[in-house]
Amino acid sequence: MHPAPSLILFTSLSGLGFGFFVFLGFAGGDLAGWAAFFAYAFAYGLSCAGLLSSLFHLGNPQRAWRALSQWRSSWLSREGVLAVATLLIFAPQAIAQIWGPGASLTLGVLGALLALATIGSTAMIYAQLKTVPRWHHPAVPVLFFLYALSGGALLAGFAYAAALSLLLLGGVQGAYWRRADGRFAASGSSMNTATGLGRPGSLRLLERPHTGQSYLTKEMMFQVARRRVVALRRLFWAFGIALPWLIALMAISGGGSGARLGLVAVATSLACHFVGLIAARWLFYAQAEHVVSFYYGQEAKA
Amino acid sequence: MTLLPPSTNKALGLAIDLDTCVGCHACVIACKEWNTANYGAPLSDQDAYGSDPVGTFLNRVHTFEYQPDQLNQPQTLSSGDTAAFQVTHFPKSCLHCQDAPCVTVCPTGASYKRSEDGIVLVNEEACIGCGLCAWACPYGARELDAEAGVMKKCTLCVDRIYNENLPEIDREPACVRTCPAGARHFGDFADPNSNVSQLVRERGSITLMPEMETRPVNAYLPPRPKLEACAEARPVPAGDTAPQQATPQGFLAWLDGALAKLEADASNKSA
Repeated sequence: MHPAPSLILFTSLSGLGFGFFVFLGFAGGDLAGWAAFFAYAFAYGLSCAGLLSSLFHLGNPQRAWRALSQWRSSWLSREGVLAVATLLIFAPQAIAQIWGPGASLTLGVLGALLALATIGSTAMIYAQLKTVPRWHHPAVPVLFFLYALSGGALLAGFAYAAALSLLLLGGVQGAYWRRADGRFAASGSSMNTATGLGRPGSLRLLERPHTGQSYLTKEMMFQVARRRVVALRRLFWAFGIALPWLIALMAISGGGSGARLGLVAVATSLACHFVGLIAARWLFYAQAEHVVSFYYGQEAKA
Repeated sequence: MTLLPPSTNKALGLAIDLDTCVGCHACVIACKEWNTANYGAPLSDQDAYGSDPVGTFLNRVHTFEYQPDQLNQPQTLSSGDTAAFQVTHFPKSCLHCQDAPCVTVCPTGASYKRSEDGIVLVNEEACIGCGLCAWACPYGARELDAEAGVMKKCTLCVDRIYNENLPEIDREPACVRTCPAGARHFGDFADPNSNVSQLVRERGSITLMPEMETRPVNAYLPPRPKLEACAEARPVPAGDTAPQQATPQGFLAWLDGALAKLEADASNKSA
C-alpha cells in the first residue's frame, strides 16, 4: 500500500497523544498548575495534530464532519466519534486540574477508557481489511495499543511502565514481522481465485488493462525494496526500542522519586522512539500487499 | 446509510461472457464516455497528452494466458481432447456484491447499496475521498478521482437503465450496449427467468475471489476450454488460396470490354 505521509503522521501522532491521555486519565490526577497545563497541552497537541494530518489524506476535507455519522458499521467513523468524545471529556478535567479543584477520578478513568477505545478503532480500520492479509491479523490492534502505551509512558515519564511496554512492543513487533511476511502468500488468494481461470498448468497476465499507472497501481501496488526493509527494521530496533528502553532503565536504576523520567530523559527517549515509530509505521504501509495485485500479474510468493 | 440492506428486491448486474469477449476495450471507452458526461463528477485524466498519463476508469479489460503443463499434468477434457494454450480477455468492473465490504467501511454513508435493485452507488455530495472503500474492495472496482477528490465506481449506468428520455433499446449500461461481440449481458439475477439467470444456468459461472465472501452479483461465464485438436494448424486446401479468374457479367462485362478496347487503342497509337 502507498505509504502516505499524512497517514503515517496521523496514526503515529494521534497514537502518542491518546496513549498519553490513557496515562493522564489513570495516573495523572496529581498533576496541577503549570505541570498539568503542559501535560494536557502535549496530549491535546499531539492528538489534534494527528487528527488534522489525517485531513490531508482526504479528497474533500471540508466534509470531514460527515465521517462521524456511520459509527454503526464503520471503524473509521467509530474512531472519529471516540476521538472527539475523548477530547471533550478531558477538557473539564484539564481545566479542573490547571485552575480548579483538581482531578475527578471518574472523568479520568472514563477518558482513559475512551482513549484506549480510540486507539483500538484506529487499529481496526486496518485489521478489518481482508483484502490486505498482512493487516488482517489480531496482532495489529495489540501492536497499536503497545505503540500508544509505550509512547504514552515515555511522555508521562513512568520509567517502569515504559520499560515494560517497550519490551512487550519489541517482542510482539518481532513476532508479527516474522509471521506477516508470509501472510500474503498464505492468504489463499491467488491469480487463480481472482480470475477462476486456473487449471493445472500455469496462468499469467498477458496484458495489463492499461500501459501507464492508475489509482489502483499507485495506491495498492506500492513496491518496497528488500534492502530498505532490513535497514528500516534495524532503525526501529535501535531507536524505537533499545535507546528509550536504556534511558528508562537508567531512570529506574538511578532510583529517585518513584522512578520517574526527568524532563531531558523524556525528551531524548521520546525523540528516539519517534524515529523508530515512523520507520516501523512506514513499513506497515509500504510492505502491505493488496489482493487486487493478483489482477495485475502478482504471483503469490512465500 | 452504510449498513447493507437485508435483501434487495432486484439484483441487477452483468453477465460477462469470457468465451465471447474479444478484448477490444470498446466497453472501457463507452463507459468512460457515458460516465464522464453524465452521473456525478467527470472521469478526469491527468497529463492526458504527456509522457505519464493517468485517468479514472470504471471498467478495465485485463488479458490472461493459460498454459497447460503438457509434460507433467496433461489436461484431458470430458470429450477426450487435450486442453490447449488459451488467452482469455477479462473485463472487470464493480460486481455489485451482496455483502459489499466497500459499503460497510464508509464513514460518511456516501457508499450505499440500493434496496430496490441492489446497485452499489456513491453519493458524491457526501464522499470525503478517504479511499477506505477502495482498500476494502478486493476487485479494484473503485478509483478515487484525482480531480474531484471523490470515489468513482460503476453505477450500472443507473442514469440510462431507468431513463425514459432514451429509446428503450438504449436503456442498458453503456458497456453492454456497445459490446460488438455480445459478450456483456444486463439483467436481474433475482429473477430466475431473466436472460442473465438463464445464461448462468446454461453455462455456469465463475465467482471471483470466493474466499473474500463478498457474494458478487455480476456473473462471469467461463470460457469453453480450447482443445489441442483445434489449436493445431491444419493445411488449407489449395483451391481456397489459388488466384481466382472471375468472368465478369452484366455491366461489369461491358466495363471490362470497354477498358480492354481502350487499352488496345492506346497501345495501337503509341506503336
